[in-house]
Amino acid sequence: MFKNVLTTVLIWLTALIVSGVFVWLLSDIVIHGLPRLSWAFLAEAPKNAGRSGGIGPIIISTLSILLVAMVTATPLSLATAVLLSEFTENDSVIGRLVRRSLDVLAGVPSIVFGLFGNAFFCIYLGLGFSILSGGLTLACMVLPILIRTAEEGLQATPDDYRLAAAALGMSRSATLVHLLLPSAAPALIAGLMLGVGRAVAETAALIFTSGYVDRMPDSLLDSGRALSVHIYDLSMNVAGGDTNAYSSALMLILLLLIINSIAMSLAKQWLHRDIVLYE
Amino acid sequence: MKLNGPVKPMNETYTLGPLQIGPPCCDPEPLIRVDNLSLYYGVKPALENVSLDIYKGCITALIGPSGCGKTSFLSVLNRMTDMIPDCRVSGKVHFNGRDLRDLALDVQGLRRDIGMIFQKPVPFPLSIRRNIELPLREHGISKQAELNDVIQQVLQDVGLWVEVKDRLESSALALSGGQQQRLCIARALALKPKVLLMDEPCSALDPISSGVVEDLIQRLRGKYTVVIVTHNLAQARRIANYAGFFWIRDQQRAGCLIEFGQCKQIFEAPAHELTAAYVNGSRG
Amino acid sequence: MSLSLADKQLAALLWGCALLAAALVLLVLLFLFKESWPVLQHIALIRFFNDTSWHPVDGLYKLTPMLSATFYSTLGAVMLAAPLGIASALFSRYYAPSFLAGCYRRLIELLAGIPSVVYGFWGLTTLAPLIGRLHPPGVSLLTGILVLTLMILPTIALTADAALAAVPAAYLRGAASLGLSRWGLISGVTLPAARPGVTAGIMLAAGRAIGETMAVLMVAGNVVQQPHSLYDSVRTLTANIALEMAYATGDHRAALFVSGLALMCVVLLLVGMAELMSQERRHV
Repeated sequence: MFKNVLTTVLIWLTALIVSGVFVWLLSDIVIHGLPRLSWAFLAEAPKNAGRSGGIGPIIISTLSILLVAMVTATPLSLATAVLLSEFTENDSVIGRLVRRSLDVLAGVPSIVFGLFGNAFFCIYLGLGFSILSGGLTLACMVLPILIRTAEEGLQATPDDYRLAAAALGMSRSATLVHLLLPSAAPALIAGLMLGVGRAVAETAALIFTSGYVDRMPDSLLDSGRALSVHIYDLSMNVAGGDTNAYSSALMLILLLLIINSIAMSLAKQWLHRDIVLYE
Repeated sequence: MKLNGPVKPMNETYTLGPLQIGPPCCDPEPLIRVDNLSLYYGVKPALENVSLDIYKGCITALIGPSGCGKTSFLSVLNRMTDMIPDCRVSGKVHFNGRDLRDLALDVQGLRRDIGMIFQKPVPFPLSIRRNIELPLREHGISKQAELNDVIQQVLQDVGLWVEVKDRLESSALALSGGQQQRLCIARALALKPKVLLMDEPCSALDPISSGVVEDLIQRLRGKYTVVIVTHNLAQARRIANYAGFFWIRDQQRAGCLIEFGQCKQIFEAPAHELTAAYVNGSRG
Repeated sequence: MSLSLADKQLAALLWGCALLAAALVLLVLLFLFKESWPVLQHIALIRFFNDTSWHPVDGLYKLTPMLSATFYSTLGAVMLAAPLGIASALFSRYYAPSFLAGCYRRLIELLAGIPSVVYGFWGLTTLAPLIGRLHPPGVSLLTGILVLTLMILPTIALTADAALAAVPAAYLRGAASLGLSRWGLISGVTLPAARPGVTAGIMLAAGRAIGETMAVLMVAGNVVQQPHSLYDSVRTLTANIALEMAYATGDHRAALFVSGLALMCVVLLLVGMAELMSQERRHV
């Protein structure tokens, strides 16, 4: 009886502490970050090593890196997921091999991806410190998540659809395009969101691939500083950079939320284009 | 696919439209000839040495207890067996002068000629119109006027037209079970098949819907060749011209065909004692 | 499997993509090896442990201070986060009223998505000064452990929550019908049943803690030394790579790649163990 009461108290206490710390963290960032946050801050270039000025070029760089990463990783992961779920038996040797190697890739620490990206994209392929190198490195990093979620989404679509479509003489490609992918769309988008979230949050893999340069990038082959790298640099290497670092951190969190909600509404529209669930 | 709320069935009204029907019963010309067919899942035989003819324009009922290979037999006829891993088929199945087991056969074309209806209705999560349109477009029909004609035609054939003509753009999932099954039949008819395979098309439906679908199947006689698997002996007796009785061979647990013949003969004067016991209800 | 021409073309394309994706991990390993090779070739592995210090420019490659920093910070974080995470999962599943449980779960999910650099930044500006007041310098092993704890807590809480959810309701009904108290129920039935899933989650979280760079880099002080107390500044393996890659050349650079390779091996070992455990669960 005593144990029961004690554990109840402890568990409520844990929940209270955990929520308390997290509210502390979030409110800290909002309180310190909000005053500086304005349209001017978002548009301006950083001045005086980032102590003053805004984060305009940094947002552009971040979005470009993200774009490169998702444009590369999405088709590749969708194709792999379709192959694994629609064109191979669940326990085939080759399917297991592909899945296992993706599991391994998912476990690789991001700093190791940074090392790899630096050695392969920057130096071996000669892309240098560039948005392209950073984006491609992130693409490798998010690939396993995208594939896993897309595969799960496809496998969750009813087998009846596959059988009924086959019985109507439809090709697998048509079944995929007209039935399975639209049915799995919410799961696919959710997976994409996870990937985007991880890519936006990533810092370690970008320091040695997309670089530190904080001016407006001219092209994808130009170096560009991601928002997360900016926060790191301001807080560690720039004395007096904390105010702007707070605002950048708030912006990073807001960016994550914005991307999330945009994708949700896109998913809904895509869903309603063809699939009609009920009245 | 997740549904956020219960799907509300519409009021189902019984409105079978006129169906152009061919000669009332069969000319005994075999359309599909099955010769010594066996089917294995891995090494385990599911069906052994089945030989029978499916007659053109007739309704052939396949009866027998669960697990005796009736559904497996159906899926050989439109090569759905291809979708089952480790499934192996031996013997001869002739349709249109070709062996269905021919690997070079155009399977998509075959499935257009031999349609299939499943036990559970499988409307796609699309609008009613798209459900019928999608396979038609896949088979190369893309003119909207032509599509509209076919859609109206087949929906009239299955008696759904009056019920859904004002709501072709709404979800097929909102239809009641019986309406869904009729939509699936309409979808299959739209491809102008020669044969319709039906795997217990009424058993997942309530009695009233089941009656409507059964009437519909009756009306397909003559124009289409129908092979129907059913557990409902009374239904088989009511609608079929020919009947085949499947049973499980004891040693191997493999299904086999015990007797095949005119429906009347199977039910009234079965040649085999097992058949007699089964149709009398004393076994199975 | 019979496929039409279009399907075959699609399948070929998909195979190409899938093999590319699967080969990626080999490519990563290949390049880590390639870049490590200059050092591995002429330096015995033992020198990474036996050298007098880490002065790669002078050819001294002692990695043990970094290894122990990584080890202690991970160990500390897991020891703190595991009970907190499990308690969080228990809270949202069994203790909190459903509304509160939903909110709490959303909060944890939100936290799982917060970038590590934000955790690091917050630790540096808020946590480190607080700890510095207790015992300077503030940026220390303890701060690193606390920030890592916050970072991996959501992982443990969410996996434990999923594992608890997977415990069959029948167990709970059975136990409750025996009149067990809530804690008796949890400690006697739920937690043992969910243990494989919970353990796998902790393994994954440990892997994340070992591989985490930014958060510890920003709060742990980055002094290369064997830690003697929780208040000592330390530098982890990952932080070392991030700090020195910018200017490392030649053997120094190669040595950093060796530590990357080592990191990858340790994490893979953990992922493998987590995998084994979840497989065990599937077989039960």
